[in-house]
Amino acid sequence: MTTAAAASGSPLTRVAALVLRHWYILRGSWLRILELAYWPAVQMVMWGFLSEFLARQTSYVAQAFGVLLSGMLLWDVLVRGQLGLSISFLEEMWSRNLGHLFASPLRPIEFAAGIVTMSLIRTVVGMVPVTILTIAFFGFSIYSLGWPLLVFFFALQMFGWGVGLAISGMVLRKGLGAETFAWAAVFILLPVSGVYYPIAVLPAWLQPVAWALPPAYVFEGMRAVLANHAVRPELLAGALALSVVYLVLGFGCFMWLFNGARRKGLLSTQGE
Amino acid sequence: MYAVLDVRNLRKVYDKIVAVDDLTFAVPGGAVLGLLGGNGAGKTTTISMLLGLLVPTSGQIRILGEDMLRHRFRVLPRMNLSSPYVDLPHRLTARQNLTVYGRLYGVPDLARRIDALAGQLDLVDHLDRPFGHLSSGQKTRVTLAKALVNTPSVLLLDEPTASLDPDTADWVRTLLKDYQRQTGATILLASHNMQEVERLCDDVILMQTGRVFDRGSPAELIARFGRESMEEVFLDMARGRGRSIEALRKVEAVR
Repeated sequence: MTTAAAASGSPLTRVAALVLRHWYILRGSWLRILELAYWPAVQMVMWGFLSEFLARQTSYVAQAFGVLLSGMLLWDVLVRGQLGLSISFLEEMWSRNLGHLFASPLRPIEFAAGIVTMSLIRTVVGMVPVTILTIAFFGFSIYSLGWPLLVFFFALQMFGWGVGLAISGMVLRKGLGAETFAWAAVFILLPVSGVYYPIAVLPAWLQPVAWALPPAYVFEGMRAVLANHAVRPELLAGALALSVVYLVLGFGCFMWLFNGARRKGLLSTQGE
Repeated sequence: MYAVLDVRNLRKVYDKIVAVDDLTFAVPGGAVLGLLGGNGAGKTTTISMLLGLLVPTSGQIRILGEDMLRHRFRVLPRMNLSSPYVDLPHRLTARQNLTVYGRLYGVPDLARRIDALAGQLDLVDHLDRPFGHLSSGQKTRVTLAKALVNTPSVLLLDEPTASLDPDTADWVRTLLKDYQRQTGATILLASHNMQEVERLCDDVILMQTGRVFDRGSPAELIARFGRESMEEVFLDMARGRGRSIEALRKVEAVR
């Protein structure tokens, strides 16, 4: 027997190893899988009935029946993106496993790529069944948005990952006392995201704040498709560009806080 | 001789607390160095800095010829750690944990490696049980299996036999000694267990409040302190009866 002679394993192998670690957890508990779809399903039913009621009262909803349901489903894509990433990170904190992970050849960017991949998997596993139930219950398919749906989906996911990475860094630096932010942080953006109403409804001073965030572009773009049957490329481009910016900022924030945690010796001491 | 572990003037200060102060040592390839000291002596802090988990305030660390502060990812695939202060995911089985870490370290023929380690560490019947359901001794053995999964050239062991009964602890020490003999690995061992240090270590650094108190082979230290065992040496240091290496140097300088 001889010792390991040289560095082996590729970045992709290491990212896949981290994904496998979380996949083991997810597949080992049907409750965890059910939980992914539970809240989106409850919301879908509630907004579905509300849409049916409003469709009888207002011409706007009658003409674009799916506008509220699509808003709810896409908003949940953002929530699942952020939450899916944060939960994967919190799993490492809860299990006091970070010391082993970061003493291994796994680089921080590979760690981030691993939990981002898990977030994508969690979102798809949670949301796809709910979109199918929406068709079955209310006869509305979010897939009627066409190809722009892909842009909306990835823009919201990337923005969610950016927020999730920043929050994960904060939890690493401040400890599990800051865990509440991981569950609730993204909801502060709901009023300025234009999910259920146009950005123009907001006070003039608040509108620039909304337009500085990707969801405003996504939800305005979504309404344009559903209400006017028009794809507005400038909104799609704005959503994607801003999401990339926030993802980069989120990773930068994570790295800054991660390096602070390395200086403070928190990688091997954090946990429950 | 080429030093596999080369640490110079290592210092770590948390706010105003000096955890490690001016630590310098070199470990040649294939040697076993013991870090011995009471709680808060700076052993775990030193190991964390060697692995890059903790950034030193100042000083240099070279492992296998690489500057760990700048190029740690060139060396980490050839290192590994066992520590009771860092856990493995409880919901994953022992096999799943070893699979994940084997893949992180890029271990070839991983399934066979896991089976071999399970055989060596008497884990065959426990491989498919969740890590959280294992006894503390079984957990320690799984953590050791994880530390050996990549056949590391540099093995850092922080209290490797903590929570093991005397028989199993002795058996693990034999395993570690065999591993070191067969692979030529360099081992750094932090421990409170004097028997372990006497049996495994070629060289020992006695640490007190972050500083080197004395250094030598177990036999040299026992002779220098005029004692019969490392346990007595440790108690002398802990109770302030021995003289630190600095104090001895001052006496020699006066002479």
